[in-house]
Amino acid sequence: MSSARPLALGVWLAGVAALALIIAHARFSADLSAFLPRLPSPAQRLLVDQLQNGLAAHLILIGIEGGDAAARAQAAAALRAQLSAQSAFASVNDGESSIQERDRAFVFEHRYLLSSAVSAQRFSVEGLRAQFQASLDLIDSAAGALALPLLRSDPTGETLQIVDQLDAGGDPHREHGVWSSADGRRALLLAETRASGSDTDGQAAALAAIRAAFAAAAPPPTQLRLLLSGSAVFAVQARDTIKHEVRRLSLLSSVLIVGLLLLVYRSGTMLLLGLLPVVSGALAGVAAVALGAGVVHGITLGFGITLIGESVDYSIYLLVQSRREPDSGALTIPPRLWRTIGLGVLTSICGFASLLPSSFPGLSQLGLFSICGLGVAAAVTRLVLPQLLPRRLHMRELAPFGAATMRLLARMRGFGPAVALLGALCALVLYTHRGTLWNRDLAALSPVAAAAQALDGELRGELNAPDISNLVVVSGPDQETVLQRAESVGRELDALVGRGEIGGYETPVRYLPSRQAQTERLESLPDAATLRERVRAATASLPLRPEALEPFVQAVESARHSAPLERAALEPTSLGLALDALLWHHADHWYGLLPLRADRSGPHGGDIDIGRVRAALAANPPGAVLELNMKQETDALYGSYLAEAVHLSLWGLAAIVLLLAVALRSPVRVARVIAPLVLAVLAVAAALCLAGVQLTILHLIGLLLIVAVGSNYALFFDRRSGEAASAGRQDLPLTIASLLVANACTVIGFGVLAFSHVPVLRDLGATVAPGALLALWFSAALAPRASFAPVTAAQGRH
Amino acid sequence: MSPRRRRRGPAAWACASLALALLSGMSHAAAAEDGTLDELMALLAQRRHGEADFQQTQYLAVLKQPQRSEGVLSYDAPDHLEQRTLKPRAQSAVLDHGVLTLTSGARRRTLRLDDYPQLAPLIDSMRATLAGDRAALERRFELHLTGDLAHWQLDLQPRDERLAAIVQRIHLLGERDEIREVEVQQSDGDRSLMIIQPRP
Repeated sequence: MSSARPLALGVWLAGVAALALIIAHARFSADLSAFLPRLPSPAQRLLVDQLQNGLAAHLILIGIEGGDAAARAQAAAALRAQLSAQSAFASVNDGESSIQERDRAFVFEHRYLLSSAVSAQRFSVEGLRAQFQASLDLIDSAAGALALPLLRSDPTGETLQIVDQLDAGGDPHREHGVWSSADGRRALLLAETRASGSDTDGQAAALAAIRAAFAAAAPPPTQLRLLLSGSAVFAVQARDTIKHEVRRLSLLSSVLIVGLLLLVYRSGTMLLLGLLPVVSGALAGVAAVALGAGVVHGITLGFGITLIGESVDYSIYLLVQSRREPDSGALTIPPRLWRTIGLGVLTSICGFASLLPSSFPGLSQLGLFSICGLGVAAAVTRLVLPQLLPRRLHMRELAPFGAATMRLLARMRGFGPAVALLGALCALVLYTHRGTLWNRDLAALSPVAAAAQALDGELRGELNAPDISNLVVVSGPDQETVLQRAESVGRELDALVGRGEIGGYETPVRYLPSRQAQTERLESLPDAATLRERVRAATASLPLRPEALEPFVQAVESARHSAPLERAALEPTSLGLALDALLWHHADHWYGLLPLRADRSGPHGGDIDIGRVRAALAANPPGAVLELNMKQETDALYGSYLAEAVHLSLWGLAAIVLLLAVALRSPVRVARVIAPLVLAVLAVAAALCLAGVQLTILHLIGLLLIVAVGSNYALFFDRRSGEAASAGRQDLPLTIASLLVANACTVIGFGVLAFSHVPVLRDLGATVAPGALLALWFSAALAPRASFAPVTAAQGRH
Repeated sequence: MSPRRRRRGPAAWACASLALALLSGMSHAAAAEDGTLDELMALLAQRRHGEADFQQTQYLAVLKQPQRSEGVLSYDAPDHLEQRTLKPRAQSAVLDHGVLTLTSGARRRTLRLDDYPQLAPLIDSMRATLAGDRAALERRFELHLTGDLAHWQLDLQPRDERLAAIVQRIHLLGERDEIREVEVQQSDGDRSLMIIQPRP
C-alpha cells in the first residue's frame, strides 16, 4: 500500500492536470444548434444553414405599443433615423420608404434587362400600341405626374413592371404613414442586421443598440413599450437563459449536495474526499466532449449537473460502508462492494451509451459526458480514494438511521402487491392516452418561451415579413443554371398564383435574371430605325405624338449595346442584399431560394398545400428542385428522431438486461432487479401523462435513465439477498443508509433541473428525479424477504 | 389660427402651423388676407364629407390633342380622397393616410406619397385644401387668397426650387366650402384643368 499510494496519487494528479489543459483549450458554445437535429442529407443541412444565416436570420422585428398613434409614429421615425445611421444595421424600415431613390435609379437604368415583360412581341407595333395605351391611361389617373416623365423615356412601362415585380411582397397596414398592426395598436419596424444569424454576439449588440435608441427616442417616463422579436432575439435569449440556468442550477445543486454530505460526514476532510471523484469525473466529461465533439454546448454543462448527483454516490457507498479496524487501522471494505458499484456503473454506462448515436448533438454530448464522467468517478473512487482515507474516519453514526430506515423499508415489503397493482394501473393510463402521449412538435424543445414564439408569429404576420415556412429550392452546378431553373420554376409558380393556390413568391431572378434571359431580352429589342418606324405606326391611332417619344428610342438603342448585368453591379443597392439571401453557393454547388407566400383569400385560407406545389413542379429534374414545407419537414424529422430515440432506448434497456443477466446469472434475479425499475418508469410516465404533460424526446431519455440510474439501488438489494446466507450483517444498516444518501444526492442532481426554464433540462430532470426516488422505494418494496432478514428476525424476537 | 383647427389636427401639425403662421405673419401676408384665409380654412375644415363629378382636361406636349377624362371625386376628412375615373377608362386612385392605391382592371399598385416628391405636392394640395389644413399647404406652398368666401381663388406657389422645377403654380377656385376648379400649371408648359361639380 505504501508504494501504491504515491503512484495512484501521481497518476491522478497528472490526469487532472491533463484534463484541465484540454478544457482550457476547449471551445464552448451556447447557441441553439444543440436543439436542432443534425439533418440527414447535406442539401437539407445546407438549407437549414442558410435559413439560420440567411435573410430571415438577419431580421429583427420591432413593435412599439402604448401611447397614442402619433407618439408611436414619432418614436418609430426617431428609431429608424437613429438606427439607420449605425453600421450594425444594413437597413431599418418603418414603411416610410420601401424602394429607395438609389434603387429606383438603378431599376430605371437597367429596365430592359430586369423587366421580365421585355419580349419581341412587346416591341412589335401591336405590342407597343397596347403598352402606350396603358401608359396613357396612367396619365389620366391621380398618379399622372409620375407617369408623365416616364411616358417619354419608358412608354412601355418597364420601370413600373419591375417595381410591380419587386413589390410582390405586399405592404403592411399603415397608421400615420408608418407600418402598423391591422388593429392600429402597434407601430412596426423591420431592422436588418449586418451580423449573421450565427454571430450571437453581433446580434446581442444590435439588440442593445435598438433598446438604447428606443430609450433615447422615448425617454422614460413613457407610455410606449418596445417589443422585439426575430431569430436574433431568440438566439440571444436562449444563450442568456442557458448560461444563467447552468450557473444557477449547478450552484444550487452543489450547495444542496454539499450541505447534505456535510450533514452526513460531519467533516470537511471527508467532504472533500467525497467530492474528489465528482470533480475528476466532471473534468473528464467536459474534456471528453471537447475532444470528441470539438465544441462543448452550454446545454451539455446543464445536463452535467446531474452527474454531480450521480457520481457522488460511489464515494458515499465507500465512505459510509467501509470502516477502519480500531487497532490495526486497516481499511475494511464490505465484500462485493466494488462488484456492486462496478455493475451499477456499467448499467448506467449502458443507458448513456445509447445516447451516443443520437441525432441531437445535445443528447450525444450528454451521453459522452456521462460515460466518461461516471467511469472516471468510479475509477477514482476505486483506485485513488482508498489511498487517501485518513487513519480515523470521522463520521456521523449512521447505523441507527440506517436501521430505522430499514424497518420502514421492510414494512414497505408488504406493499409489494400494491406496487404491482399501481404498475398495472399506470400501464392502463398510458395505454388509454397512447394517442396523445407524445409531443410531436420540435418547438417543444426550444428554449424560447411560448409567449415569445407567439409574439414572433404576430409581428411576422403584421409585417408580412419573409416567412420561410414554405419554399422551393433550386440547385445546380453554377449560378447561371440555378437562375435559369429559378426562371422556369417561376413560370410554373405564376400559374399557381393565377389559380390562387399561392399568393406569390420571391425569387432571385427578380433581382438578377439569368444571363440567358437578359440576352434574350436585349435581342428582342429592335434597332433605332425599326423602333422609330414602329412607334410611328403604333401612335397613328393614339393621341401620342411620335416625336415626343424620341428619348424612348434612344434608351432602347443604348440598351441594345449594353452588357448583361453581373451580380457585382447590384452590390451597392438593396437589391444586392435581397439577392444574397436568395442565391448562394456552397463548395461547388449553387442554390436558389424561392419562398412562397400564402394567398390569404385563397382556397386554402392563408395556407399553402405544398403537395399541390410539388405536383405542379413535378416535371423538373429530380433533385434540382425541392419543395419544402418547413413545419412538415421539421415535424417529420422530429418524428423520425423520436422513433430513433425509442429504438436507442430499447437497445439501451436490452443492453442493461443483458449485462445483468451475465453478471447475476439468474433470470429470477434479473427480473427482481428490473421489475421495480420498470414500475418506476411506468409510474413516472403515467404521472406526467395525467399532469397533462406531453412527452418529448427528453422525457423518453429520462425514462431510460431511470432504469440506468435506478439499477444501482436494485442491485444493492439484490446483493443483500445474495449475501444474506453467507456474510455477516452488521453492515446492513450502513448499506441502507448509504443508499438513502446516494439516492438523495441523485434526486437533488436531477431534481434541480426540473426547475429549469430550459425545456430540455426541465423535461429530463422532472422525469429522472421522481423516477430515481421511486426506483429505490419500489426496489425495497419488491425486495426478497432475505434482504431484510436480520431486521425481520430482530422484529420476530421482540 | 382657430381653436377648432388646433383641436382637429395632430399635435405636430399644430406646432408646425403655429410656427409657419408666425413666420408668414411677420413677412408678407397681409393681416386682412390672413384673416380671410383662416376663415376659409375653418369653413373647409368643417366639411367632413363630400362627393362631386369631375371633368379633367390635360394639355400635354406629348399629346396630339388635349386628353379628356371624367369621373367622381369623393372625400372624407381629413385624409381620405378618392378619384374614380369612369371615362375613357375605368380606374381609381385612393389616397388614404398618405398611401396612394391605384387600381386599373385587376392591377393594383400602392405608392407612398412621401416616396415621390414630384407627385406628393400635386395630390396633397387638393387633400389639404379640402381638409382646411393650412399648415400642410404652407409647408410646400406660398398661399395667395383673393375674392371672398362666396367666390374665392387660392393660388399655390411652390416654396422650394425642386418643386418649382416641376410645378409652376396650382390655382384653385371655389365657392364657400366647395372647390370648383383645380388648374395645375407645370413648369415644362404642360397644364391640366379639372372642373368639379358637387353632387347635391
